[in-house]
Amino acid sequence: MLKSKTFVKKTRSGGVLKIVREHYLRDDIWCGSEVCTECKQESTVLQRDTCIESNLCAYPHYLIPDTNVVLHQIDVLEDPVIRNVIILQTVLQEVRHRSAPVYKRIKDIIHEKEKHFYTFTNEHHRETFIEREPGESANDRNDRAIRVAATWYTQHLKTSESAADGLKVVLLTNDQGNKQKAAESGLLVFKCEEYIKSLIANPELVDRLALTNDEKNEITSSKVLFPEHLPLSRIQAGIKSGSFLQGTFRASRDNYLEATVFVPGEGEDSTEVLLQGLQNLNRAVHQDVVAVQLLPRDHWVAPSSVVLQDEGMAKDENPEEEEEEKAVTAKKPTGKVVGIIKRNWRPFCGMLNVSQIKESTRHLFTPADRRIPRIRIETRQASTLAGQRIMVAIDGWPKDSRYPNGHFVRSLGGAGEKDTEEEVLLLEHDVPHQAFSQAVLSFLPKMPWAITPEDMKQRQDLRQLTVCSVDPPGCTDIDDALHCRELDNGNLEVGVHIADVSHFIRPGNALDKEAANRGTTVYLCGKRIDMVPELLSSNLCSLRSNVERLAFSCIWEMNHEAEILKTWFTKSIINSKVKHNKNHDLFAYLLYLSQMRIDDTTMNDDITKSLRGLNKLAKILKRRRIENGALTLSSLEVRFHIDSETHDPIDLQTKELMETNSMVEEFMLLANISVAQKIYDEFSECALLRKHPAPPPSNYDILIKAAKSKNVAIHTDSAKALADSLDMATVDSFPYFNTLLRILATRCMMQAVYFCSGMDSDFHHYGLASPIYTHFTSPIRRYSDIIVHRLLAVAIGADSTYPDLMDKHKQSALCNNLNYRHKMAQYAQRASVAFHTQLFFKTRGVLNEEGFVLFVRKNAIIVLIPKFGMEGTVFFDSKDKTAPNLVFDEEGPTLTVEQHTFHIFDKVKVTISLDASNIQHQKIRMALIDPVISGVSVPAEDLEPQSKKSKLDR
Amino acid sequence: MAGLELLSDQGYRLDGRKATELRKVQARMGVFAQADGSAYLEQGNTKALAVVYGPHEMRGSRSRTLHDRAVINCQYSMATFSTAERKRRPHGDRKSTEMSLHLKQTFEAAVMTQLYPRSQIDIYVKILQSDGGNYSVCVNAATLAVIDAGIPMRDYVCACTVGFVDETPLADLCYAEESGGVSSLALALLPRGGQIALLQMDARLHQDHLETLIDAAMTACKGVSKVLDEVVRQHLQEVSVLTRE
Repeated sequence: MLKSKTFVKKTRSGGVLKIVREHYLRDDIWCGSEVCTECKQESTVLQRDTCIESNLCAYPHYLIPDTNVVLHQIDVLEDPVIRNVIILQTVLQEVRHRSAPVYKRIKDIIHEKEKHFYTFTNEHHRETFIEREPGESANDRNDRAIRVAATWYTQHLKTSESAADGLKVVLLTNDQGNKQKAAESGLLVFKCEEYIKSLIANPELVDRLALTNDEKNEITSSKVLFPEHLPLSRIQAGIKSGSFLQGTFRASRDNYLEATVFVPGEGEDSTEVLLQGLQNLNRAVHQDVVAVQLLPRDHWVAPSSVVLQDEGMAKDENPEEEEEEKAVTAKKPTGKVVGIIKRNWRPFCGMLNVSQIKESTRHLFTPADRRIPRIRIETRQASTLAGQRIMVAIDGWPKDSRYPNGHFVRSLGGAGEKDTEEEVLLLEHDVPHQAFSQAVLSFLPKMPWAITPEDMKQRQDLRQLTVCSVDPPGCTDIDDALHCRELDNGNLEVGVHIADVSHFIRPGNALDKEAANRGTTVYLCGKRIDMVPELLSSNLCSLRSNVERLAFSCIWEMNHEAEILKTWFTKSIINSKVKHNKNHDLFAYLLYLSQMRIDDTTMNDDITKSLRGLNKLAKILKRRRIENGALTLSSLEVRFHIDSETHDPIDLQTKELMETNSMVEEFMLLANISVAQKIYDEFSECALLRKHPAPPPSNYDILIKAAKSKNVAIHTDSAKALADSLDMATVDSFPYFNTLLRILATRCMMQAVYFCSGMDSDFHHYGLASPIYTHFTSPIRRYSDIIVHRLLAVAIGADSTYPDLMDKHKQSALCNNLNYRHKMAQYAQRASVAFHTQLFFKTRGVLNEEGFVLFVRKNAIIVLIPKFGMEGTVFFDSKDKTAPNLVFDEEGPTLTVEQHTFHIFDKVKVTISLDASNIQHQKIRMALIDPVISGVSVPAEDLEPQSKKSKLDR
Repeated sequence: MAGLELLSDQGYRLDGRKATELRKVQARMGVFAQADGSAYLEQGNTKALAVVYGPHEMRGSRSRTLHDRAVINCQYSMATFSTAERKRRPHGDRKSTEMSLHLKQTFEAAVMTQLYPRSQIDIYVKILQSDGGNYSVCVNAATLAVIDAGIPMRDYVCACTVGFVDETPLADLCYAEESGGVSSLALALLPRGGQIALLQMDARLHQDHLETLIDAAMTACKGVSKVLDEVVRQHLQEVSVLTRE
């Protein structure tokens, strides 16, 4: 059965090596077709009825794409219409070699059962393996291998009994030479465009075709706009010799002719190279890895502070003139792009600018992200796509084209529509939000699920305990529950029970990888992007009431002064008795009940006792924490009241904190700290912890200045001092002052981050004033918690380790991803709030509101509207009006507009409206009403005086 | 670019084998007339030559003499041309000393040394070409050489390496697989009794997987033993034909 064949390969690594590998050829590789009677295969992938209808091929057929078709037309292949495709091993290997993202996508397609994609291992098949001939290039050899395999399939399907069906194979290639040779050897071969255009079912597919190099004739103008990119070998040589620098290209948000390249170096040595002018940018796109060459020092320039937006076909602007004026300011190292090391193109969201010429099929596309250049695409459905948000992928950027060429990927829906905009903000923030793939879902437990004796082995049975969960309203992913009971010795036993997600998500499988990639569940207004499939998040892992659930418990024995006497961790089984919801109108009764239960001493059932004990302990814990210097910061969180039918926001409200909220939080903090200590003790090198670095003192400048303007002193020497002085800072006539200060203080803080204990020495959590901290309590929505669960499970011997868990470098790479995802999730969340605020104002029209000045800028003030928890900028200069007399004083900071001087915390009245002039970037516009400054403020628009007034007075 | 894909979704390895399949084993016994026993064995591209002298009187220091059994002396070496880069390999470097020791332990478990007290058996193994699984190929070659020398053994000793990739044990690793970051394990088995003569592993592997890996190694070893048995019988037939003439 085995045929041995050795072949010789030469590779270069230092010197020339001769590598000899065995290559076995087999005769037990089957064709995978349903019609075949010859092959002894157990299951087939390719269908008898191929169900692709095409003008060109009126017979049933299978497709064999070549490597370039897979690489460039993956968008087309992903379409559900394209089915019954044979992917050759040669193709798959080449794709793997050339593009990792495309490789992953094609693998996903192959796994999809409905797509009927079959991988044929032609390189190991006795009849389809070919050897490279002398003088033949590797590419030619692969092309020939593809042709040979296609020929084999043609013959094979012919000989099988089903020849009556007339089943054929069709080779798709874009390479002219390859096509010709294939036709000569009697194969059915088409160009990808030809074939796709012939499909009867959907003509839209044509737009998704990527433009290929050999048909750019129309775009080509004789003028070469850009210098040629250097070949990779020269770039590498240049980087080694130091004449080029390698870095990430970052386009400027405000000026399309300017960009910086961040060149990472050792520690502080990182530099930024400035690039100016289209020629020097040389077709680099935001986030590409590029090689730059520094210009001679006398060509160095300073970044221009002019805002320039690419307004269509405008000819080369002359940035030189600007430079003359700026000569005074500091010059920065300036360079030009000589080559692209790695493109980082992803599909971009944006809108189509329909071409002026009606019949034209070429249009420009404006991405939502200003840092991305416009992209030229070809589409025949411009009229339908106008006004829609669409996704476009870049195919290439020839040196004689002003814009990169791309192709349409898909439409997201009408611009301004809720679903569309949500999709856009998810895509732009790189939040993975596709439905979970079949491979991922296959690792879910089979329903109906029940606890087996197997599960019981490592677990403690806590079903008899009165455990209750407390979670926000409408919340279906309940990951925590609490219990408290008095022990015989008079002490209290308090337990925090966390959903045992790591029981269901085993390390290394597809489900785990997906969750690790997503990193966190993203909560948007009225929408949740789950990190794990719903079956887990809302059912099996959710600690719902009156069902048995697996949990990971952290249990303390405490005395009545809330001092911890003993801590232990165990995997357990619990049965939550009551789920009671925190602060929701509908659940007011329940809340009332819980309040009653906490305070009313006459009631004495288990739950009440439990809650009362917890509440008492929580208060002590909180006091102690604050004494230690934990900060109570403030940021306004907004809640929308959403219309139940249209899902439009009908009211905005800021969230309030309830006592039960803070009670639960107190125990979660305690559990997190206990767990952090435990896993760090056990795994000092690879514990996943969370730290919150102390901000540098300069961060506080704005806070101190602002407080000083109200004669309040803020001490920022330590967290404790800050907390104390924040507590002290009140102005009698100004009750909102303290909250404002806290909001400002929050802005001074650093971002808390995950890190691996072996890679860092500073563990301190500044905000919580804890020497060590981690995340343990929300494994349903955070991947970090899953890792912490696994570490803890190993520490207590309830589970086994795996190599990646103990590898601090892998752990650290994971932390980087988690930090990135958390940051992006936060941005997405903010963007979602901003979008809903816009929607709200769209329905409400113009509103007049009171607000406070939060920051003072050179030409604007930033106003916070406490009622909506939103901020907006009031500009004092605008394009069409002459600017009023502005005097900015940095010391205050204050801004004097004509006669009026604005200080931080000033109370102002503004009118709020939606500025929809730019449909891609709608924004909230604020204008000043009170104080009245002539030429600046606007008259109050009392459209609905009655209702408005009542609202304002509330 | 990620490393090589060691096991494709279709279940084929780099060289086209399936997970449990061995490389092609070819062997010849009695390749040299001067030695008491000799054998040449190829397992894919790994090729080894084994030569056995003895049992004979103790040579060198007599103090090593054992009074109840024979001393087994093993020496492992690699030809300068055995790897992709030509490299002089002096005797007694750490790797080959260790390998020699492992071979010695393996054969002490298999050869019936108690039949030859106060004597010595020398086993010399040379790797002519190396493509992964050096230890197992040496063991397999040496087994044939020992049999050729007519020294009684409890059973064939068959060895095989197995690696662990994507939750699947791969039998008989080639060099590309061995160097691809696979945790591998080498096992020498006395197949009939199922006794393990030597088990060696210096990679990290989770304890849960060890059993599946050992099982896979044992099946692979049994596969090797079948081939070796055939070689021995073939050789016997040839020899007996010759002697009859």
